[in-house]
Amino acid sequence: MKKSYYQPEDLKKFKAITNWSPALGEKFFEYYNSVFAAGALSAREKSLIALAVSHVVQCPYCIDAYTQDGLQRGIEKAEMMEAVHVGAAIKGGATLVHGVQMMGLYDKLSM
Amino acid sequence: MKKSLHARANTLAASEAQLQLLENGIFQSGELPKFSEQLKHSGLAPLKKRQLEVLQINLGYMCNQVCAHCHVDAGPDRKEKMSKIHLERCLELIKVSKVGTVDLTGGAPEMHPDFQWFVREVAALGVQDIIVRSNLTILVANAHYASYPQFFAEQGVHVVSSLPFYKKEKTDRQRGEGVFSNSIEALKALNAVGYGQEGSGLQLDLVYNPAGAFLPAAQEQLEQDFKTSLATNYGIQFNQLFTITNLPISRFLEYLLASENYEDYMTTLVDAFNPAAVQNVMCTNTLSIDYQGYMYDCDFNQMLAIKVQSPVQHIDQFDPTTFAQHPIAISQHCYGCTAGAGSSCQGALVE
Ligand code: SF4
Ligand code: SF4
Repeated sequence: MKKSYYQPEDLKKFKAITNWSPALGEKFFEYYNSVFAAGALSAREKSLIALAVSHVVQCPYCIDAYTQDGLQRGIEKAEMMEAVHVGAAIKGGATLVHGVQMMGLYDKLSM
Repeated sequence: MKKSLHARANTLAASEAQLQLLENGIFQSGELPKFSEQLKHSGLAPLKKRQLEVLQINLGYMCNQVCAHCHVDAGPDRKEKMSKIHLERCLELIKVSKVGTVDLTGGAPEMHPDFQWFVREVAALGVQDIIVRSNLTILVANAHYASYPQFFAEQGVHVVSSLPFYKKEKTDRQRGEGVFSNSIEALKALNAVGYGQEGSGLQLDLVYNPAGAFLPAAQEQLEQDFKTSLATNYGIQFNQLFTITNLPISRFLEYLLASENYEDYMTTLVDAFNPAAVQNVMCTNTLSIDYQGYMYDCDFNQMLAIKVQSPVQHIDQFDPTTFAQHPIAISQHCYGCTAGAGSSCQGALVE
């Protein structure tokens, strides 16, 4: 057993999740592929959204996959970094907006 | 300006050193299958030639640029060029073989002193498709080349130009400072004489290759991005975009090794092996000729000095009717032609 929870080569084995539950695994990948096909949003836009979300959920596999996907599509550094900032802003904002809950409760309970 | 591997006396300047790398390491240890094994495993061995349709003539390795990814190791310091005697022999071959396509490459083929004479002679033979692989910047390098777009148009040449990206940063990083704006200027000059314009019959195609250790995205989608961006920002028109995968040869191989991407890149190519691309790889219908008149199954084999596997290896004795009789010489660089949608000098091989 290697001494790390994450192995880069596991990304390539992702499809293997189907082995232990073919029906669910196949459904997932079918859904996944449909989600990323061009629709109302272009495949390029979806790639940038995926990159931002990858950072928010802090998944190293997804970051690897969508950095490479962006490079292949010709998405530029600046665009990728702005997408990551969108993720960071939402995540930061989501933390901070709960401050209103804290403030309300604090005030309600205080004399 | 960076120098060629040859000028730097880099060990990779020797083709044997490159072949050693491709034959050993991860392919020797069995970590990755050799290309020949992969073909066998997919029921596609041996790779066979069909009919000779394209003569790709490398006029020499001289070039005004020194691109970081160049598989030719071309540059201003390279002086190799084809002699007039060999050019004349090529004309004879074009005549007797009746090939539909003559593909002139280099280096920068325009820098050959007999370039215009040769193009005129090829055109006079009535060849259907005369391709000149132009790096664009040569067309605006100095006053001498300013008339070349007009010359191309008069001879009905099909211009295939490399433009790594539709934005400055990525282009200049791969090909050198100032290359992007010079390329735009050259494209405008080609458009001005009719290239890429509807109904002109003057074909202008662009070549995209990734600026780094990754595969190109889908050709159709990139073509759309290039067309929109070049038209909106610069008013430039072109016909088709060819996506080409970088093969692990020469300066691109040097880059892969220096950036520690070699093994991962080879793994990416092997993982992306697409059996559907195999039947259309260039070597099945192309003969590549070097400046000394030696023959190869493709331009990549030329750079690795792997001559055709035939008793006749020089154009002097070559009989084009024997083209399909000999096997194709392959090694691990061939994975670059079969990855994903496949890759060739005419772009992707499968939809
Ligand atoms: S890639 Fe083309 S333009 Fe660049 S150095 Fe090589 S031959 Fe010259
Ligand atoms: S590198 Fe040359 S020999 Fe190998 S598959 Fe490609 S065209 Fe054929």
